[in-house]
Amino acid sequence: MATELNRVERQTPPDDEMVSIFVMGKEYRVPDALTIMKAIEYAGYHFIRGCGCRGGACGACATVYRTADNYRIKVGLACQTLIEPGMHVTQIPFYPANKAIYDVSEAEPTVEEVLKHYPEIARCLCCEVCTRACPQDLEVMYYIQAALRGDVKEVSRLSFECIMCGLCVSRCPAELMHYNVAILCRRLYARYGMKRAEHLANRVREIEEGKFDEELDELVRMDEKDLVRAYESRDFEEA
Amino acid sequence: MPYSEAMMESVAKVEATRPQRLAEAKEGKHYPRLDQDEIEQILKKYHPDYRDGTKRGLEVGAGKGTVVPNELAELLEARPMLNPGAVDLEQIDLDTDVLVVGGGGAGAAAALTAAADGVDVTIATKLRLGDSNTVMAEGGIQAADKEIDSPTLHFLDVMGGGHFTNDRELVRALVRDAPAIIEWLEDMGVLFDKDEEDGTMRTLHGGGTSRKRMHSAGDMTGAEIMRTLRDEVRNHPDEIRVLEFSPAVELVLDDAGRVAGAVLYNLETERYLVVRAKTVILATGGFGRLHIQGFPTTNHYGATADGIVLAYRAGAGLRFLEATQFHPTGAVFPEQNVGLLITEKVRGAGAQVVNVDGEQFVYALETRDVESSAIIRECQERDNGVVTPTGRKGCWLDSPMVEALRGAGTMQKDFPAKYRQFMRHDIDISELPMLIYPTLHYQNGGVAVSPDAEAERENLYLAGEVTGGIHGTNRLMGNSLLDILVYGRRAGRNAAKKSKETQPGRLTLEHVEAFVKEIEGSGIDTKLTSPMLLPDYAGKLG
Ligand SMILES: Cc1cc2nc3c(=O)[nH]c(=O)nc-3n(C[C@H](O)[C@H](O)[C@H](O)COP(=O)(O)OP(=O)(O)OC[C@H]3O[C@@H](n4cnc5c(N)ncnc54)[C@H](O)[C@@H]3O)c2cc1C
Ligand code: SF4
Ligand code: SF4
Ligand code: FES
Repeated sequence: MATELNRVERQTPPDDEMVSIFVMGKEYRVPDALTIMKAIEYAGYHFIRGCGCRGGACGACATVYRTADNYRIKVGLACQTLIEPGMHVTQIPFYPANKAIYDVSEAEPTVEEVLKHYPEIARCLCCEVCTRACPQDLEVMYYIQAALRGDVKEVSRLSFECIMCGLCVSRCPAELMHYNVAILCRRLYARYGMKRAEHLANRVREIEEGKFDEELDELVRMDEKDLVRAYESRDFEEA
Repeated sequence: MPYSEAMMESVAKVEATRPQRLAEAKEGKHYPRLDQDEIEQILKKYHPDYRDGTKRGLEVGAGKGTVVPNELAELLEARPMLNPGAVDLEQIDLDTDVLVVGGGGAGAAAALTAAADGVDVTIATKLRLGDSNTVMAEGGIQAADKEIDSPTLHFLDVMGGGHFTNDRELVRALVRDAPAIIEWLEDMGVLFDKDEEDGTMRTLHGGGTSRKRMHSAGDMTGAEIMRTLRDEVRNHPDEIRVLEFSPAVELVLDDAGRVAGAVLYNLETERYLVVRAKTVILATGGFGRLHIQGFPTTNHYGATADGIVLAYRAGAGLRFLEATQFHPTGAVFPEQNVGLLITEKVRGAGAQVVNVDGEQFVYALETRDVESSAIIRECQERDNGVVTPTGRKGCWLDSPMVEALRGAGTMQKDFPAKYRQFMRHDIDISELPMLIYPTLHYQNGGVAVSPDAEAERENLYLAGEVTGGIHGTNRLMGNSLLDILVYGRRAGRNAAKKSKETQPGRLTLEHVEAFVKEIEGSGIDTKLTSPMLLPDYAGKLG
């Protein structure tokens, strides 16, 4: 079978490039410089949970670990964090978090609305543990504080890159559900805080009125030569 | 030092040619676009689709003779993982009106739309709800909603991108529904990039577009859409039941030959579950994890072509699977990032593609197949690629140009996810270019559907990457996020309507039994079973 010319078959490296890591307490020898995810696979695991996009985008692979000679608990994404010799890892494939049920079309972008669904955010101790835990380096504590003020715009700005991995939730002494608070605020801001796109509403109306139907029908029926010609004679909007 | 010494020498050459390239770019000059003849030639000679021995005609099934990549053919000619005798179809575990198989963007849109029509909906998905290719989409979603644009121009761009092979009725529905889809998302509270003052959408070009119609939400457009859809699905717990880690392993038919449910497999308890449904929507996404021709992929863990396997066994037709999309700009360095996507929007924002000497060899916004072919030619034939310490080759994507053209800080502001991903390896992409090579990205073809999202099998609907026809042999950026929502909504609406008019008969898996017999009769000697469900990297160095 043909294979990609640029494919590189990676060989198991020599022994001095192998390191020990401990997966849930069990020792495995794995090549250095792998991500935690690939190291666990190399060790022989076949993921069901704890693995999604494999690219830092989905938040499926929350992992807690300790490194040698350091008492601190560390957390990160298994698909993005490189292994260290002697580290102990375990994944957190699921961490419970309740979600408010709401109808965005009837909600309001106010502090009352946010507190109605998540009154416990008032318990925040301002300890910044959530912020330190966040693999996206978000100012998690500040977005919770912004939510407490009902500043949904600021929550949107500070939490936009949240991938809902739940690491903040797993560490918070006040037992908050940060990422669910954040998405509520973002949806409220997008729906009520931002201006609607007028050109969009106009175009939707034009389409409903059938403005483009004839042109489109014509293109659907056109013979291919004419279609290619129409394509090649398009003008381009400047970049 | 982020890059090796040899790589840094090449970076110095890129920096040396940059001022000149920038000056030209500012005057609106760019490397000449290829004409249709040149396009045909470069594709034939360098595009992976044209390599000998990489595809073959299927030997079994209703679509015998259909040409597909070898890796997919092996799964379509494999034995069903479910032994039909192992489940008792009289024991129905769950009855539902509409069963949606797949919890990505297409599935979530279908479920919300069907539920809004007052029917009982079940989503069965393989991983968590939202673990999908949708969540990974970075660049954007197309819709012709600006004054200077029109659905007609959008139609032409889509057709040209697909080399005029697309199913035109499907394209018509795609471009006509597009603005309403953006409005649906706006209503739901999706944070599009907009002008703060007047709400105008900030739109950009993508490869092959004649108008700037790429709508975005930072460089997390798919994630923003997916998490909002997921949140909305979860706002309807009484109307939409969600079964995670429960992939469908076979469609179930009834005695009249109509689709009437599916057998699910609980990945954790390893038990089968029989679901009877009045209508079924397949929205299982693409096949990147088959690693066609050994390419690395941008796709998520569950992109294993299951839906194609299921639909094919149930007698549905396949289209355009002979054409695979390779994204021109996959990362090749550092090794941990290999295959990961660098969105086309970086080129849309002004970054050029240059070789080891810092020279351009192709216009940066050719369609993906053409751009990929040019990069492969540059690295493999002309030997103008940059070699990494592990022996991979690539060309530079000159991201610092974006800073010069659009202001300092733009890379971090507009591409925060990518910026962070490279910073983890000490590569600051506002100062250093990224090394890229084509990566396996998208399944252009799939199961045939009508503009109503119906398959050739009664009571079966499909939406999203699992389908084929909308994009012909090549999709343009931003039209997939669009198609999954356009056809997700259409499938949801039509499957809900149909579910009110149909009653499943006696359930059967006879089609699976017949398929097994056909494989045995054909002399195919296979040890594989399918659907694959999850790729197996255990014990391997990926
Ligand atoms: C990195 C990346 C970037 C992209 N960028 C863009 C972009 O900027 N613009 C654009 O338009 N497009 C983009 N695309 C393409 C686009 O994101 C996808 O084509 C599209 O999201 C597919 O949506 P879908 O719902 O059909 O499939 P998916 O979103 O992949 O969802 C399929 C779902 O089905 C589930 N599933 C699979 N098999 C089974 C089974 N047997 N039973 C039950 N469930 C199953 C999966 O787990 C998954 O949840 C990108 C794709 C990738 C990978
Ligand atoms: S961890 Fe919890 S209590 Fe501490 S700052 Fe964050 S939200 Fe507040
Ligand atoms: S805010 Fe919390 S859930 Fe979101 S990315 Fe950071 S740690 Fe993960
Ligand atoms: S697998 Fe998606 S973030 Fe790690």
